[in-house]
Amino acid sequence: MANSTRKPAMRSAASTTRAARPKRSEPARKLVLLVATRKGAWLFHADGQRKTWRADGPHFLGHIISHVVLDPRDGRTLLAAAKTGHLGPTIFRSTNLGRSWKEAARPPAFAKAPDGQPGRAVDHTFWLTPGHASETDVWYAGTSPQGLFRSADGGVNWEPFSNINDDPTYRAWMGSVQDGTPDGPKLHSIIVDPRDAAHLYFAMSGGGVHESVDGGRTFSTLIKGLEVVEGMDAANVTFHDPHCVRLCPSQPDRLYQQNHCGIYRLDRPGDAWVRIGRKMPKRVGDIGFPMVVHPRDADKAWVFPMDGGSVWPRTSPQGEPAVYGTRNGGKTWQRQDAGLPAGQAWWTVKRQGMCADAHDPLGLYFGTTSGELWMSRDEGAKWACIARHLPEIYSVEAAELG
Amino acid sequence: MRVLIPSALRSYTAKTWVEASGATIAEVLADLERQYPGIRFRMIDEQDRMRANMRFFVGGVASFDLAQPLRSTDELQIVQALSGG
Repeated sequence: MANSTRKPAMRSAASTTRAARPKRSEPARKLVLLVATRKGAWLFHADGQRKTWRADGPHFLGHIISHVVLDPRDGRTLLAAAKTGHLGPTIFRSTNLGRSWKEAARPPAFAKAPDGQPGRAVDHTFWLTPGHASETDVWYAGTSPQGLFRSADGGVNWEPFSNINDDPTYRAWMGSVQDGTPDGPKLHSIIVDPRDAAHLYFAMSGGGVHESVDGGRTFSTLIKGLEVVEGMDAANVTFHDPHCVRLCPSQPDRLYQQNHCGIYRLDRPGDAWVRIGRKMPKRVGDIGFPMVVHPRDADKAWVFPMDGGSVWPRTSPQGEPAVYGTRNGGKTWQRQDAGLPAGQAWWTVKRQGMCADAHDPLGLYFGTTSGELWMSRDEGAKWACIARHLPEIYSVEAAELG
Repeated sequence: MRVLIPSALRSYTAKTWVEASGATIAEVLADLERQYPGIRFRMIDEQDRMRANMRFFVGGVASFDLAQPLRSTDELQIVQALSGG
Protein backbone atom coordinates (compact mmCIF):
# COMPACT_ATOMS: atom_id res chain seq x y z
CA MET A 1 0.00 0.00 0.00
CA ALA A 2 1.15 3.54 -0.70
CA ASN A 3 2.20 5.51 2.36
CA SER A 4 0.54 8.72 1.39
CA THR A 5 -3.20 9.19 1.47
CA ARG A 6 -5.53 11.79 0.10
CA LYS A 7 -6.53 14.64 2.38
CA PRO A 8 -9.96 16.20 2.25
CA ALA A 9 -9.66 19.02 -0.24
CA MET A 10 -12.70 20.89 0.94
CA ARG A 11 -15.50 20.70 3.36
CA SER A 12 -17.80 18.06 2.06
CA ALA A 13 -21.31 18.68 0.94
CA ALA A 14 -22.35 15.76 3.10
CA SER A 15 -21.03 17.54 6.19
CA THR A 16 -22.83 20.72 5.24
CA THR A 17 -26.04 18.85 4.80
CA ARG A 18 -25.60 17.12 8.10
CA ALA A 19 -25.02 20.36 9.99
CA ALA A 20 -28.16 21.93 8.60
CA ARG A 21 -30.35 18.98 9.33
CA PRO A 22 -31.97 18.26 12.69
CA LYS A 23 -29.93 15.59 14.38
CA ARG A 24 -31.46 12.18 14.12
CA SER A 25 -30.84 9.41 16.55
CA GLU A 26 -28.81 6.49 15.33
CA PRO A 27 -30.76 3.36 14.48
CA ALA A 28 -31.03 1.14 17.51
CA ARG A 29 -30.28 -1.99 15.53
CA LYS A 30 -26.71 -3.23 15.38
CA LEU A 31 -24.79 -3.08 12.16
CA VAL A 32 -22.77 -5.94 10.72
CA LEU A 33 -20.73 -6.11 7.54
CA LEU A 34 -20.91 -9.43 5.73
CA VAL A 35 -17.67 -9.91 3.83
CA ALA A 36 -17.34 -12.75 1.33
CA THR A 37 -13.91 -13.59 -0.01
CA ARG A 38 -12.08 -16.04 -2.19
CA LYS A 39 -10.98 -17.89 0.93
CA GLY A 40 -13.88 -17.63 3.36
CA ALA A 41 -16.33 -15.23 4.98
CA TRP A 42 -16.02 -12.71 7.78
CA LEU A 43 -18.55 -10.77 9.81
CA PHE A 44 -17.48 -7.36 11.09
CA HIS A 45 -19.64 -6.13 13.95
CA ALA A 46 -19.77 -2.36 14.49
CA ASP A 47 -20.06 -0.47 17.71
CA GLY A 48 -22.93 2.03 17.93
CA GLN A 49 -20.83 4.79 16.37
CA ARG A 50 -19.40 2.61 13.58
CA LYS A 51 -15.90 3.47 14.86
CA THR A 52 -14.64 0.11 15.99
CA TRP A 53 -15.27 -3.21 14.33
CA ARG A 54 -15.04 -6.69 15.77
CA ALA A 55 -13.96 -9.32 13.26
CA ASP A 56 -15.72 -12.67 13.44
CA GLY A 57 -14.14 -15.19 11.14
CA PRO A 58 -13.05 -16.85 9.07
CA HIS A 59 -16.15 -18.84 8.40
CA PHE A 60 -15.63 -21.63 5.84
CA LEU A 61 -11.89 -21.04 5.59
CA GLY A 62 -10.74 -22.18 2.17
CA HIS A 63 -14.18 -21.98 0.62
CA ILE A 64 -14.84 -19.57 -2.21
CA ILE A 65 -17.68 -17.45 -0.85
CA SER A 66 -19.38 -15.34 -3.49
CA HIS A 67 -22.08 -13.71 -1.39
CA VAL A 68 -23.29 -13.59 2.21
CA VAL A 69 -26.66 -11.96 2.81
CA LEU A 70 -28.70 -11.32 5.95
CA ASP A 71 -32.46 -11.75 5.68
CA PRO A 72 -33.84 -8.26 6.35
CA ARG A 73 -37.21 -9.78 7.17
CA ASP A 74 -36.01 -11.41 10.36
CA GLY A 75 -32.68 -9.68 10.90
CA ARG A 76 -30.90 -12.90 11.86
CA THR A 77 -30.88 -15.52 9.10
CA LEU A 78 -27.73 -15.63 7.01
CA LEU A 79 -27.26 -17.35 3.68
CA ALA A 80 -23.80 -17.94 2.22
CA ALA A 81 -23.07 -19.05 -1.33
CA ALA A 82 -20.05 -21.36 -1.22
CA LYS A 83 -17.87 -23.73 -3.13
CA THR A 84 -14.25 -24.82 -2.99
CA GLY A 85 -11.70 -25.39 -5.66
CA HIS A 86 -12.54 -29.10 -5.65
CA LEU A 87 -16.09 -29.47 -4.44
CA GLY A 88 -19.40 -28.59 -5.99
CA PRO A 89 -21.38 -25.50 -5.05
CA THR A 90 -23.73 -25.21 -2.13
CA ILE A 91 -25.58 -22.82 0.14
CA PHE A 92 -25.03 -22.61 3.86
CA ARG A 93 -27.62 -21.20 6.23
CA SER A 94 -27.31 -19.87 9.76
CA THR A 95 -30.03 -18.66 12.10
CA ASN A 96 -27.66 -17.60 14.86
CA LEU A 97 -25.38 -15.16 13.06
CA GLY A 98 -22.82 -17.72 12.06
CA ARG A 99 -22.32 -19.59 15.33
CA SER A 100 -23.45 -22.64 13.40
CA TRP A 101 -24.24 -23.29 9.75
CA LYS A 102 -26.38 -25.90 8.07
CA GLU A 103 -26.09 -26.83 4.43
CA ALA A 104 -29.06 -26.43 2.12
CA ALA A 105 -30.83 -29.74 1.53
CA ARG A 106 -31.07 -29.01 -2.18
CA PRO A 107 -28.68 -26.30 -3.44
CA PRO A 108 -29.33 -24.59 -6.78
CA ALA A 109 -28.85 -27.08 -9.61
CA PHE A 110 -30.02 -27.14 -13.20
CA ALA A 111 -32.59 -29.64 -14.39
CA LYS A 112 -31.22 -32.96 -15.58
CA ALA A 113 -30.85 -32.88 -19.34
CA PRO A 114 -32.62 -35.52 -21.41
CA ASP A 115 -30.47 -38.52 -22.25
CA GLY A 116 -27.90 -37.76 -24.90
CA GLN A 117 -28.12 -34.01 -24.53
CA PRO A 118 -25.47 -31.94 -22.80
CA GLY A 119 -26.78 -30.40 -19.65
CA ARG A 120 -25.46 -27.50 -17.65
CA ALA A 121 -24.09 -27.70 -14.13
CA VAL A 122 -24.00 -24.87 -11.64
CA ASP A 123 -20.37 -23.96 -11.03
CA HIS A 124 -21.20 -21.57 -8.22
CA THR A 125 -24.06 -19.57 -6.84
CA PHE A 126 -23.01 -16.00 -7.33
CA TRP A 127 -25.87 -13.80 -6.11
CA LEU A 128 -28.48 -14.04 -3.36
CA THR A 129 -31.56 -11.83 -3.02
CA PRO A 130 -34.17 -12.09 -0.27
CA GLY A 131 -37.73 -12.15 -1.57
CA HIS A 132 -40.41 -9.56 -1.03
CA ALA A 133 -41.25 -8.55 2.55
CA SER A 134 -44.64 -10.22 2.14
CA GLU A 135 -43.03 -13.53 1.12
CA THR A 136 -41.03 -14.24 4.22
CA ASP A 137 -39.42 -17.52 3.19
CA VAL A 138 -38.70 -16.68 -0.44
CA TRP A 139 -35.13 -16.20 -1.72
CA TYR A 140 -33.74 -15.87 -5.21
CA ALA A 141 -30.30 -16.97 -6.42
CA GLY A 142 -28.29 -16.24 -9.54
CA THR A 143 -25.60 -18.64 -10.64
CA SER A 144 -22.62 -19.13 -12.93
CA PRO A 145 -23.22 -20.17 -15.63
CA GLN A 146 -26.32 -18.05 -15.80
CA GLY A 147 -29.27 -19.55 -13.98
CA LEU A 148 -32.14 -18.22 -11.92
CA PHE A 149 -33.29 -20.16 -8.85
CA ARG A 150 -35.84 -19.71 -6.09
CA SER A 151 -36.33 -21.09 -2.62
CA ALA A 152 -39.71 -20.99 -0.89
CA ASP A 153 -38.48 -22.32 2.44
CA GLY A 154 -35.86 -19.86 3.58
CA GLY A 155 -33.01 -21.19 1.47
CA VAL A 156 -33.16 -24.89 2.38
CA ASN A 157 -34.47 -26.23 -0.94
CA TRP A 158 -33.86 -24.52 -4.28
CA GLU A 159 -35.60 -25.02 -7.61
CA PRO A 160 -34.98 -23.60 -11.08
CA PHE A 161 -37.16 -20.51 -11.37
CA SER A 162 -39.12 -19.39 -14.41
CA ASN A 163 -38.38 -20.86 -17.80
CA ILE A 164 -35.24 -18.92 -18.60
CA ASN A 165 -32.70 -21.57 -17.56
CA ASP A 166 -33.75 -23.86 -20.39
CA ASP A 167 -35.41 -21.45 -22.80
CA PRO A 168 -33.60 -21.62 -26.18
CA THR A 169 -33.73 -17.86 -26.69
CA TYR A 170 -32.34 -17.13 -23.24
CA ARG A 171 -29.74 -19.84 -23.64
CA ALA A 172 -28.58 -18.17 -26.85
CA TRP A 173 -28.40 -14.82 -25.10
CA MET A 174 -26.38 -16.35 -22.27
CA GLY A 175 -23.77 -17.53 -24.76
CA SER A 176 -21.11 -19.99 -23.76
CA VAL A 177 -18.60 -19.96 -20.93
CA GLN A 178 -16.22 -18.30 -23.36
CA ASP A 179 -18.55 -15.31 -23.55
CA GLY A 180 -18.51 -14.75 -19.83
CA THR A 181 -16.35 -13.01 -17.30
CA PRO A 182 -13.02 -14.54 -16.22
CA ASP A 183 -14.71 -16.29 -13.29
CA GLY A 184 -17.54 -17.53 -15.49
CA PRO A 185 -20.69 -15.91 -16.89
CA LYS A 186 -23.06 -14.77 -14.20
CA LEU A 187 -26.69 -14.04 -13.43
CA HIS A 188 -26.84 -11.24 -10.90
CA SER A 189 -28.67 -8.12 -9.75
CA ILE A 190 -31.89 -9.96 -8.92
CA ILE A 191 -34.20 -7.20 -7.74
CA VAL A 192 -37.66 -7.44 -6.18
CA ASP A 193 -39.78 -4.29 -6.39
CA PRO A 194 -40.57 -3.38 -2.77
CA ARG A 195 -44.10 -2.39 -3.88
CA ASP A 196 -44.88 -5.56 -5.79
CA ALA A 197 -43.60 -9.08 -5.18
CA ALA A 198 -44.40 -10.03 -8.78
CA HIS A 199 -42.23 -7.28 -10.28
CA LEU A 200 -38.72 -8.61 -10.76
CA TYR A 201 -35.52 -7.63 -12.51
CA PHE A 202 -32.31 -9.52 -13.12
CA ALA A 203 -29.17 -9.03 -15.20
CA MET A 204 -26.69 -11.30 -16.91
CA SER A 205 -23.01 -10.87 -17.77
CA GLY A 206 -23.44 -11.35 -20.57
CA GLY A 207 -27.01 -11.37 -21.61
CA GLY A 208 -28.64 -8.05 -20.72
CA VAL A 209 -31.19 -6.76 -18.22
CA HIS A 210 -34.59 -8.42 -17.91
CA GLU A 211 -37.90 -7.61 -16.23
CA SER A 212 -40.94 -9.59 -15.19
CA VAL A 213 -44.27 -8.13 -14.10
CA ASP A 214 -45.95 -11.50 -13.58
CA GLY A 215 -43.91 -13.05 -10.81
CA GLY A 216 -41.32 -14.54 -13.12
CA ARG A 217 -43.61 -16.43 -15.46
CA THR A 218 -42.37 -14.29 -18.32
CA PHE A 219 -39.51 -11.85 -18.73
CA SER A 220 -38.85 -9.14 -21.26
CA THR A 221 -35.60 -7.44 -22.12
CA LEU A 222 -34.76 -4.00 -20.80
CA ILE A 223 -31.75 -2.96 -22.84
CA LYS A 224 -32.85 0.09 -24.82
CA GLY A 225 -30.28 2.87 -24.58
CA LEU A 226 -27.50 0.60 -23.35
CA GLU A 227 -24.33 0.58 -25.39
CA VAL A 228 -22.24 -2.44 -26.32
CA VAL A 229 -18.62 -2.89 -27.26
CA GLU A 230 -17.71 -0.88 -30.34
CA GLY A 231 -18.47 -2.63 -33.57
CA MET A 232 -21.03 -5.00 -32.08
CA ASP A 233 -24.78 -4.89 -32.62
CA ALA A 234 -26.66 -3.37 -29.67
CA ALA A 235 -29.83 -5.07 -30.87
CA ASN A 236 -28.29 -8.43 -29.98
CA VAL A 237 -28.98 -9.17 -26.31
CA THR A 238 -25.92 -11.42 -26.11
CA PHE A 239 -23.60 -8.44 -26.40
CA HIS A 240 -25.05 -6.60 -23.42
CA ASP A 241 -22.99 -6.78 -20.26
CA PRO A 242 -24.62 -5.13 -17.26
CA HIS A 243 -22.25 -5.31 -14.30
CA CYS A 244 -24.54 -4.23 -11.48
CA VAL A 245 -28.11 -2.91 -11.38
CA ARG A 246 -29.66 -1.28 -8.31
CA LEU A 247 -33.17 -0.06 -7.59
CA CYS A 248 -33.67 3.01 -5.39
CA PRO A 249 -35.65 1.96 -2.31
CA SER A 250 -36.98 5.48 -1.84
CA GLN A 251 -38.11 5.73 -5.45
CA PRO A 252 -38.56 2.23 -6.86
CA ASP A 253 -39.23 3.56 -10.35
CA ARG A 254 -35.59 4.60 -10.56
CA LEU A 255 -32.79 2.18 -11.42
CA TYR A 256 -29.08 2.80 -11.71
CA GLN A 257 -26.69 0.55 -13.57
CA GLN A 258 -22.94 0.12 -13.86
CA ASN A 259 -22.42 -1.54 -17.21
CA HIS A 260 -19.40 -2.81 -19.13
CA CYS A 261 -20.07 0.19 -21.33
CA GLY A 262 -20.86 3.01 -18.94
CA ILE A 263 -23.06 4.19 -16.08
CA TYR A 264 -26.79 4.48 -16.70
CA ARG A 265 -30.04 5.57 -15.08
CA LEU A 266 -33.56 4.46 -15.94
CA ASP A 267 -36.74 6.14 -14.72
CA ARG A 268 -39.81 4.02 -15.16
CA PRO A 269 -42.24 3.71 -16.76
CA GLY A 270 -39.67 4.72 -19.36
CA ASP A 271 -37.71 1.88 -20.89
CA ALA A 272 -34.65 3.67 -22.25
CA TRP A 273 -31.50 3.84 -20.15
CA VAL A 274 -29.63 7.16 -20.11
CA ARG A 275 -25.83 7.09 -20.01
CA ILE A 276 -25.16 9.37 -17.05
CA GLY A 277 -21.51 8.30 -17.00
CA ARG A 278 -20.79 10.69 -19.87
CA LYS A 279 -20.26 13.34 -17.21
CA MET A 280 -17.45 11.44 -15.54
CA PRO A 281 -13.90 12.79 -16.09
CA LYS A 282 -12.45 11.46 -19.32
CA ARG A 283 -9.22 10.19 -17.73
CA VAL A 284 -11.24 8.13 -15.26
CA GLY A 285 -14.02 6.97 -17.52
CA ASP A 286 -17.27 5.35 -16.51
CA ILE A 287 -16.32 1.69 -16.44
CA GLY A 288 -16.48 -0.29 -13.22
CA PHE A 289 -18.32 -3.02 -11.40
CA PRO A 290 -20.28 -1.87 -8.33
CA MET A 291 -23.25 0.50 -8.18
CA VAL A 292 -24.55 1.82 -4.86
CA VAL A 293 -27.72 3.85 -4.28
CA HIS A 294 -28.79 5.92 -1.30
CA PRO A 295 -31.60 4.24 0.64
CA ARG A 296 -33.47 7.53 1.19
CA ASP A 297 -32.42 9.84 -1.64
CA ALA A 298 -32.82 8.57 -5.19
CA ASP A 299 -30.65 11.37 -6.59
CA LYS A 300 -27.58 10.01 -4.78
CA ALA A 301 -25.52 7.13 -6.08
CA TRP A 302 -21.90 5.96 -6.06
CA VAL A 303 -19.58 4.03 -8.33
CA PHE A 304 -16.00 2.78 -8.14
CA PRO A 305 -14.36 3.42 -11.50
CA MET A 306 -11.97 0.87 -12.94
CA ASP A 307 -9.47 0.85 -15.76
CA GLY A 308 -11.42 -0.64 -18.64
CA GLY A 309 -8.96 0.41 -21.31
CA SER A 310 -6.85 -1.68 -23.64
CA VAL A 311 -6.65 -5.18 -22.13
CA TRP A 312 -8.96 -4.34 -19.24
CA PRO A 313 -6.45 -4.28 -16.37
CA ARG A 314 -9.33 -4.19 -13.85
CA THR A 315 -7.37 -1.90 -11.55
CA SER A 316 -8.05 1.61 -10.31
CA PRO A 317 -7.35 4.09 -13.14
CA GLN A 318 -3.71 5.25 -12.94
CA GLY A 319 -3.37 3.31 -9.66
CA GLU A 320 -5.30 6.07 -7.89
CA PRO A 321 -8.45 4.58 -6.41
CA ALA A 322 -11.47 6.80 -5.90
CA VAL A 323 -15.16 6.64 -5.34
CA TYR A 324 -17.30 8.89 -7.49
CA GLY A 325 -20.65 10.06 -6.23
CA THR A 326 -23.54 11.99 -7.67
CA ARG A 327 -26.09 14.02 -5.76
CA ASN A 328 -28.27 14.87 -8.73
CA GLY A 329 -29.07 11.65 -10.46
CA GLY A 330 -25.90 11.64 -12.52
CA LYS A 331 -25.89 15.19 -13.91
CA THR A 332 -22.57 15.75 -12.15
CA TRP A 333 -20.09 13.53 -10.31
CA GLN A 334 -17.72 14.31 -7.44
CA ARG A 335 -14.44 12.49 -6.83
CA GLN A 336 -14.32 11.17 -3.24
CA ASP A 337 -10.84 9.92 -2.43
CA ALA A 338 -9.96 11.53 0.91
CA GLY A 339 -8.20 8.92 2.99
CA LEU A 340 -7.60 6.56 0.10
CA PRO A 341 -4.08 5.88 -1.20
CA ALA A 342 -2.81 8.72 -3.41
CA GLY A 343 -1.04 6.42 -5.83
CA GLN A 344 0.47 3.01 -6.56
CA ALA A 345 -2.71 1.27 -5.42
CA TRP A 346 -3.62 -1.22 -8.08
CA TRP A 347 -6.76 -2.74 -6.72
CA THR A 348 -10.38 -2.41 -7.58
CA VAL A 349 -13.80 -3.37 -6.25
CA LYS A 350 -16.01 -6.12 -7.63
CA ARG A 351 -19.71 -5.80 -8.37
CA GLN A 352 -20.94 -6.99 -4.97
CA GLY A 353 -18.05 -5.40 -3.14
CA MET A 354 -19.56 -2.01 -2.33
CA CYS A 355 -22.64 -1.05 -0.33
CA ALA A 356 -24.32 1.45 1.95
CA ASP A 357 -25.80 1.08 5.42
CA ALA A 358 -29.05 2.69 6.60
CA HIS A 359 -27.56 5.22 9.04
CA ASP A 360 -27.79 8.98 8.84
CA PRO A 361 -25.39 10.23 7.69
CA LEU A 362 -25.04 7.31 5.38
CA GLY A 363 -22.13 4.90 5.74
CA LEU A 364 -20.49 3.56 2.62
CA TYR A 365 -18.30 0.45 2.46
CA PHE A 366 -16.17 -1.34 -0.05
CA GLY A 367 -13.89 -4.37 -0.11
CA THR A 368 -10.99 -4.59 -2.51
CA THR A 369 -9.46 -7.22 -4.72
CA SER A 370 -6.38 -6.86 -2.49
CA GLY A 371 -8.31 -7.79 0.67
CA GLU A 372 -8.85 -4.40 2.27
CA LEU A 373 -12.13 -3.25 3.79
CA TRP A 374 -12.81 0.48 3.69
CA MET A 375 -15.60 2.66 5.06
CA SER A 376 -16.89 6.19 5.09
CA ARG A 377 -19.19 7.50 7.82
CA ASP A 378 -20.12 10.59 5.83
CA GLU A 379 -21.38 9.51 2.43
CA GLY A 380 -17.93 9.20 0.94
CA ALA A 381 -16.36 12.48 2.10
CA LYS A 382 -13.63 10.68 4.05
CA TRP A 383 -12.47 7.07 3.94
CA ALA A 384 -10.81 4.85 6.53
CA CYS A 385 -9.54 1.30 6.33
CA ILE A 386 -11.31 -1.15 8.64
CA ALA A 387 -9.33 -4.28 7.82
CA ARG A 388 -6.34 -5.32 5.77
CA HIS A 389 -4.82 -8.62 4.69
CA LEU A 390 -8.08 -10.40 4.00
CA PRO A 391 -8.28 -12.62 0.93
CA GLU A 392 -9.61 -11.10 -2.29
CA ILE A 393 -13.00 -9.64 -1.40
CA TYR A 394 -15.95 -10.63 -3.55
CA SER A 395 -18.83 -9.01 -1.71
CA VAL A 396 -19.63 -6.65 1.14
CA GLU A 397 -23.13 -6.27 2.53
CA ALA A 398 -24.11 -3.93 5.38
CA ALA A 399 -26.94 -5.40 7.38
CA GLU A 400 -28.97 -4.40 10.43
CA LEU A 401 -29.41 -7.12 13.00
CA GLY A 402 -32.91 -7.76 14.28
CA MET B 1 -17.15 -51.71 1.54
CA ARG B 2 -14.60 -49.25 2.81
CA VAL B 3 -14.60 -45.83 1.23
CA LEU B 4 -11.75 -43.34 1.57
CA ILE B 5 -13.03 -39.79 2.06
CA PRO B 6 -10.82 -36.84 1.03
CA SER B 7 -10.10 -34.14 3.57
CA ALA B 8 -12.35 -31.63 1.82
CA LEU B 9 -15.36 -33.86 2.53
CA ARG B 10 -14.60 -34.86 6.09
CA SER B 11 -16.81 -32.06 7.36
CA TYR B 12 -19.57 -34.49 6.33
CA THR B 13 -18.16 -37.77 7.60
CA ALA B 14 -15.87 -36.71 10.44
CA LYS B 15 -13.63 -39.66 9.56
CA THR B 16 -11.25 -40.75 6.83
CA TRP B 17 -12.69 -44.20 6.13
CA VAL B 18 -16.41 -44.93 6.11
CA GLU B 19 -18.52 -47.94 5.26
CA ALA B 20 -20.98 -47.84 2.37
CA SER B 21 -22.65 -50.44 0.22
CA GLY B 22 -23.64 -50.72 -3.42
CA ALA B 23 -23.05 -52.73 -6.56
CA THR B 24 -21.72 -49.74 -8.53
CA ILE B 25 -19.92 -46.49 -7.78
CA ALA B 26 -23.24 -44.71 -8.27
CA GLU B 27 -24.93 -46.92 -5.69
CA VAL B 28 -22.15 -46.43 -3.18
CA LEU B 29 -22.41 -42.69 -3.66
CA ALA B 30 -26.18 -42.93 -3.13
CA ASP B 31 -25.57 -44.76 0.11
CA LEU B 32 -23.06 -42.12 1.17
CA GLU B 33 -25.68 -39.47 0.43
CA ARG B 34 -28.17 -41.28 2.64
CA GLN B 35 -25.65 -41.36 5.47
CA TYR B 36 -24.17 -37.91 4.91
CA PRO B 37 -26.76 -35.65 3.23
CA GLY B 38 -25.29 -33.20 0.76
CA ILE B 39 -22.01 -35.06 0.18
CA ARG B 40 -22.85 -36.45 -3.28
CA PHE B 41 -23.53 -33.08 -4.93
CA ARG B 42 -20.14 -31.83 -3.85
CA MET B 43 -18.59 -34.66 -5.97
CA ILE B 44 -21.13 -35.26 -8.75
CA ASP B 45 -22.94 -32.51 -10.64
CA GLU B 46 -26.61 -32.38 -11.57
CA GLN B 47 -25.88 -34.04 -14.91
CA ASP B 48 -24.35 -37.03 -13.07
CA ARG B 49 -20.84 -36.07 -14.14
CA MET B 50 -17.88 -36.40 -11.83
CA ARG B 51 -16.73 -32.91 -10.89
CA ALA B 52 -13.51 -31.74 -12.44
CA ASN B 53 -11.23 -32.29 -9.48
CA MET B 54 -12.80 -35.37 -7.96
CA ARG B 55 -11.18 -38.72 -8.75
CA PHE B 56 -12.44 -42.21 -7.99
CA PHE B 57 -10.17 -45.23 -7.67
CA VAL B 58 -11.21 -48.85 -7.32
CA GLY B 59 -8.39 -51.12 -6.24
CA GLY B 60 -5.97 -48.36 -7.11
CA VAL B 61 -7.25 -47.98 -10.66
CA ALA B 62 -8.93 -44.76 -11.73
CA SER B 63 -12.55 -45.00 -12.80
CA PHE B 64 -14.49 -42.40 -14.73
CA ASP B 65 -17.70 -44.38 -14.94
CA LEU B 66 -20.32 -44.16 -12.21
CA ALA B 67 -21.82 -47.41 -13.50
CA GLN B 68 -18.65 -49.38 -12.88
CA PRO B 69 -19.50 -52.57 -10.98
CA LEU B 70 -18.04 -53.06 -7.54
CA ARG B 71 -17.55 -56.13 -5.40
CA SER B 72 -18.22 -55.99 -1.69
CA THR B 73 -14.53 -56.70 -1.13
CA ASP B 74 -13.46 -53.67 -3.17
CA GLU B 75 -12.27 -50.44 -1.68
CA LEU B 76 -13.42 -47.17 -3.19
CA GLN B 77 -10.96 -44.34 -2.83
CA ILE B 78 -12.26 -40.85 -3.41
CA VAL B 79 -9.48 -38.35 -3.96
CA GLN B 80 -9.39 -34.67 -4.70
CA ALA B 81 -7.01 -34.05 -7.56
CA LEU B 82 -4.35 -31.45 -7.01
CA SER B 83 -5.25 -28.04 -8.35
CA GLY B 84 -3.75 -24.69 -7.70
CA GLY B 85 -5.10 -21.36 -6.52
